[in-house]
Amino acid sequence: MANGHGTGYRIYVAVWGGLIVLTGATVGVSYIDLGILNVVVALLIASAKASLVALFFMHLRSEHRLVWTFALVPIFFLVLIIGGTLSDTLFR
Amino acid sequence: MSEHPIQSTVEAGGPAHAHASPAQAYESAKLGVWTFLATEVLLFGGLFTAFIVFRLKYPQLFREDYVHLNRILGAINTIVLICSSLTVALGIAAIRKGKQGLLKLFLSLTILLAAAFLVVKYFEWTEKFAHGLFPGTDVFFSLYFMMTGVHGLHVLAGIAVLGAMLVLAGRGRFSEHYYTPVEVSGLYWHFVDLVWIYLFPLFYLIG
Repeated sequence: MANGHGTGYRIYVAVWGGLIVLTGATVGVSYIDLGILNVVVALLIASAKASLVALFFMHLRSEHRLVWTFALVPIFFLVLIIGGTLSDTLFR
Repeated sequence: MSEHPIQSTVEAGGPAHAHASPAQAYESAKLGVWTFLATEVLLFGGLFTAFIVFRLKYPQLFREDYVHLNRILGAINTIVLICSSLTVALGIAAIRKGKQGLLKLFLSLTILLAAAFLVVKYFEWTEKFAHGLFPGTDVFFSLYFMMTGVHGLHVLAGIAVLGAMLVLAGRGRFSEHYYTPVEVSGLYWHFVDLVWIYLFPLFYLIG
């Protein structure tokens, strides 16, 4: 983070390396039967990868608060939609 | 984005100008694309919700069906998209330094990787069809074809957008002073990668 803005080539290559390693990890873990933990691990790794893409590739970490709001509000609505739907379908 | 090279003071724009300054135009364009991406989150979100509901309702069916998907091809395509995210990010980093040749190179690589993704997808789909697995087979394959299909259309749209950027770059439209269209096209492309980051484990790894 020498330049402080993430516009250097090196940081992108480092993030790319992290994404490749996480992809390998999630594929590797999928061959081990952990029961419900397989789902938890897969989603945690996917979310870690998504965060790397959003923060570094999409420059979210150097964005101001308004852009953060536009990025986070749809996720809040998505949680509402999934939660609301499941509260119906799970307890029917 | 304080590092943006265009830092003019906000002045009263005339009626002909939508924005008071180039810097403001740049910020507005980015916010506009983030707004579009918000609608995209909810488009795919509805499909993900359907996936979760049916996965909980028919766990046995999902476990029996997901083994038909080729984990290795899915992983290869994941790596292809991650590489394409890297190349588009490097392209934007290059044009921020005014390197037009590098931008064209990285945009071309990104388009090639996007096309490679679709070629793999094509072989996956035709293999499913050959085994008699169609969108109408059951709810798992309905979701699989629908969600990877909608995502594939986004990859196709990405190729069109990045292709347009390559043409504009070829005409010398971009420089270290102006690269807004490349930057916001990159945002869209990373989002397409993001969606796949969730599609891959849900369909190929946990079923």
